[in-house]
Amino acid sequence: MPRLLPYLLLLPATAFLCLFFLYPFVQVAHDSVMRGGVYTLENFTRMAGHWKFSTAFWNTMLLAAVVVPVQLAMALTMASIVTKLQRGRSSILYIFAIPLGISDLAAGLIWLSVFEQSGFLNSLLVGLGVVDRPILLLGYQNTWVIFIAIALAEVWRATAIMMVILVAGMGLIPKEYGEAADVFGASRWQKFRRVTLPMLKPSLQTALILRVILAFEVFAVVVALGGTQLPVLMSETYHWQFAMQERGVAAAYAMVILAVSVAFTILILRLLHVPKGARV
Amino acid sequence: MSEPSVRRAGNRVFIAGVALLILWVLLPIWLLFVNALSAPAEVTGFPKRFIPSFDLASLSFFFGFSGVIDALWNSVKVAALTMILSIGVGAPAGYALSRFDFPGKETFRFLVVMTRAFPLPLLALPLAVMFIRTGLDDTIIGLALVHTTLALPFAVLITYSLFSGIPLELEEAAWTLGCNRVQAFTKVILPLAAPGIAASAVFAFVISWNEVFAAAVLTVENRTLTAFLLQSLDVSPLPLKFAGGAALVLPALFFIFAVRKYLFAMWGIANR
Repeated sequence: MPRLLPYLLLLPATAFLCLFFLYPFVQVAHDSVMRGGVYTLENFTRMAGHWKFSTAFWNTMLLAAVVVPVQLAMALTMASIVTKLQRGRSSILYIFAIPLGISDLAAGLIWLSVFEQSGFLNSLLVGLGVVDRPILLLGYQNTWVIFIAIALAEVWRATAIMMVILVAGMGLIPKEYGEAADVFGASRWQKFRRVTLPMLKPSLQTALILRVILAFEVFAVVVALGGTQLPVLMSETYHWQFAMQERGVAAAYAMVILAVSVAFTILILRLLHVPKGARV
Repeated sequence: MSEPSVRRAGNRVFIAGVALLILWVLLPIWLLFVNALSAPAEVTGFPKRFIPSFDLASLSFFFGFSGVIDALWNSVKVAALTMILSIGVGAPAGYALSRFDFPGKETFRFLVVMTRAFPLPLLALPLAVMFIRTGLDDTIIGLALVHTTLALPFAVLITYSLFSGIPLELEEAAWTLGCNRVQAFTKVILPLAAPGIAASAVFAFVISWNEVFAAAVLTVENRTLTAFLLQSLDVSPLPLKFAGGAALVLPALFFIFAVRKYLFAMWGIANR
């Protein structure tokens, strides 16, 4: 009995993950190469043949490429601040962590209140005399403003998750390393660059993987701010599944998102490789 | 400049930076609540004031809108079910990982960690078909099962770290005093782990409460608040959107406040 106990305890979770994680992924892969009862690549050719595909693909990539580096820099700054603070640490940490609990849809609506035509940005611009009357910011004529609005909303919403992981990681770095650097007369920047960053590699790895995958899943923020004017992979998946009732093509989109996510996970694992003996 | 004045200038820059970051996080939320707490005519009017008029017409319009109360109630039900399922299934696994060494342990941990490299909301696509076959389509339970998949890896890893933090000696002492395994767990371990388990339960609730894509794909009649708001985005007037956004955000503020002490315990273990 005692030898069986751990397996008994793991059984529900394992069964659950097999049924609702492994099986659906096999199923979605299967759906993507199945059309009208025969195995075919037609779902993929239909997907790639549609004019919105490459726009959606590059919009998603560009968004991730703009948002993730900014978030990394901000998360590192916030984490350093929180780690350094002596007074008010927990309240400032709470404030920094608030966006962690906010839905991507709510984040989109929050930034919509800033960017819509009668919104706060226009009120500010008119109030300062920059423009005479409110301008249409989120219109199809200037999709780059939509892009900026989405990027801001994403940076605002999802920096907290990286910050918390990095704060936890910084807490794991033994104080002696920083003290040793002090003894050798290292400046603050040198300490950050030569001690904190290398020691933080495992946390950076986790934070980046989580964040990059979430960036490829960007959906509600985009729909809330841009409607259908700025297609991304996830919104196209939703469109094919719902409006077009084409499960096969939606599955093909899912496979693209999956492939990109796995490719970037492997890339980050390689780039930030931590030798086994060097872990804290 | 002398040494102390350099330091003081540095301190001022530091404080200004902290203040700026606090403003960056809080100001957008404030603006949403300004809209939610103003009359519909003010929300669509121009220019905007940066202080709410505390007119509840927008909110009462939102709560009186057909389908909103149902959607809100559905969101609560799905999130509560997700919370129960993910802790009920996840906590035993976390306990097993923290207390036993057994063949297959690493395989299980790999399975849990692997979920992190996959875009989980996409699961909703194949599961939509499976649910139609089993009669779970458009039900609270079906959606809660998908949300549990999102929350379960966290529940396992969080409870794993919680139980690992409780010395085995405490349990052994209880055994020598005549407790059996179950008694030792409920009388000694559970009271110590309860706050942390509650925090991870709240976290599971938040994950479900906030989830949009799977909710929108899997529910038609029984929509959650996020699904309702998403699907009515292109037809609903601005006051409805902002009041809805505020209704989504307000509980989240309390939830994060409730679990603030455990945020690191939750994400710290994500490092391993």
